[in-house]
Amino acid sequence: MNLIEILSYSFIQRALLAGILIAVLCSVLGVFLVLRRLSLIGDGLAHVTFGSTAIALAFKLYSAASLLVSLPVVLLASLGILKLTEKARLSGDAAIGIVSAVGISAGIMLASVGGGYNVDLLSYLFGNILSISPEEVLVAAGLFCVVMVLLGLFFNDLLAITFNEELARVSGVRTKRINAVLVMLTALSVVLAMKLVGIMLISSLLILPAVSALQLARSFKTCIMLAALQGVCSVITGIFVSFLTNLPTSATIVFINLLFFGVSCAVRRLLIPRSAIPSR
Amino acid sequence: MPVEVVRAEQLACSYREGYVLEDVSFTVNAGDYVGIVGPNGSGKSTLVQALLGLVPISSGSARLFGSLCNGFSQWGRVGYLPQSLHLLNPVFPATVAEIVGLGLLSLKRFPRRLTRHDREKVDTTLGDLGIYDIKAKLIGELSGGQQQRALLARALVNDPELLILDEPTAALDPETRERFYRMIGDINRSRGVTVLLVTHDTGVIGQHASKMLYLDKRMLFFGSFDDFCHSPEMSSLFGEHSQHLMCHRH
Repeated sequence: MNLIEILSYSFIQRALLAGILIAVLCSVLGVFLVLRRLSLIGDGLAHVTFGSTAIALAFKLYSAASLLVSLPVVLLASLGILKLTEKARLSGDAAIGIVSAVGISAGIMLASVGGGYNVDLLSYLFGNILSISPEEVLVAAGLFCVVMVLLGLFFNDLLAITFNEELARVSGVRTKRINAVLVMLTALSVVLAMKLVGIMLISSLLILPAVSALQLARSFKTCIMLAALQGVCSVITGIFVSFLTNLPTSATIVFINLLFFGVSCAVRRLLIPRSAIPSR
Repeated sequence: MPVEVVRAEQLACSYREGYVLEDVSFTVNAGDYVGIVGPNGSGKSTLVQALLGLVPISSGSARLFGSLCNGFSQWGRVGYLPQSLHLLNPVFPATVAEIVGLGLLSLKRFPRRLTRHDREKVDTTLGDLGIYDIKAKLIGELSGGQQQRALLARALVNDPELLILDEPTAALDPETRERFYRMIGDINRSRGVTVLLVTHDTGVIGQHASKMLYLDKRMLFFGSFDDFCHSPEMSSLFGEHSQHLMCHRH
């Protein structure tokens, strides 16, 4: 089967379109999250998504309709993580851990009450981009536009708080507000990415393109672009490889990202002089 | 009539362990160069952070340019250089120009976009500080002295009227430190920028600053360095030998 034939399938076209949009979002946000040491927020919010999806399925809301429950719940959870770090004097990882545990527990309890795990819920654990519906692609495109516009509007503020929050405040940046924007954008992206790589593997799409880009970037803007490029390439390659080899798409995407990370590390060692690599 | 830039009245800050700063009252006028000294844990950094609204004030008040620090919004008039050691993530992927450009956000309204004119301003500031050649380098790959100059450029790029420096030379070797202080002195004299400098080094105050504020959880002295050196109260407080050592000009 050649490339043209594969591309002629409408489910492949939908998967590629949605996958590219989601990969760009996760990769770009991942750079900010990794640098702010909030890498695992994706995992935490994904677990909340699992709980919210269980609620949606309990109300017989499937596919795009399940987002009506997931989006508000995950947005609230993202703000909950922020409030826990601010008010309860918890570190970010502890707050993420709490919200994550509560999210997954809620999902398990609801699934149990609703008659045990079912295929729909399990499909969210590992994702299945090839089964994405036209409605879900439309929702992904809409949310992609919203997130990218907000990222563009707040880009310099996000860069400022990522570099140093104290300095950002003295430059007039409303750091609490910008932190809230960052976690809410992440929440939107995590809900979308759930379909692509599944709850268990979401953080790979947030973290791996970002850490690969950090190896090679020579400015913040190139870092963002490199991360997005890797995210997109990994999704496109992952969809084709998984289709041809009958491997699970989500896991294939993760391994391709891992391969890119290895290559980035090797290229850094080869091209960037050792004197320019800061010691840790 | 001198223009008041900073005013603290009965300022006190406390954490759970109790007061870290109390009963601090002083006024800094435009063009002053004030050195804030005191032993470790004396509240020096807390004082500047309180002035910048970064830590809450327990009682009393602090004003910048006549406005209460709590709710202060004229950040375009202020430049701030924090302690360097804990600041920089060595793998942070931003260039010097990108970081210096962030200093201009204080002059911008939402959405804070940088224009070509802003990028020219960044270039000029880097040129003024003699670091234009490192403009495209990653901030984490610079030496301690270069990083400090880059962050100073960030603090100066918005042409501030008040420059607040919190132990800016802690990570620098003596030669780079001396060069850095000379640069701050030049900025104070040539541009009329008011400077508030937190340091451990009283010798620096004697050489460069016009006033000295000595803190040890409360304000023990505020005035000129010469007055400090000839003050009988300070002599009885520190002992003649210690006072002599503190007043020794390096």
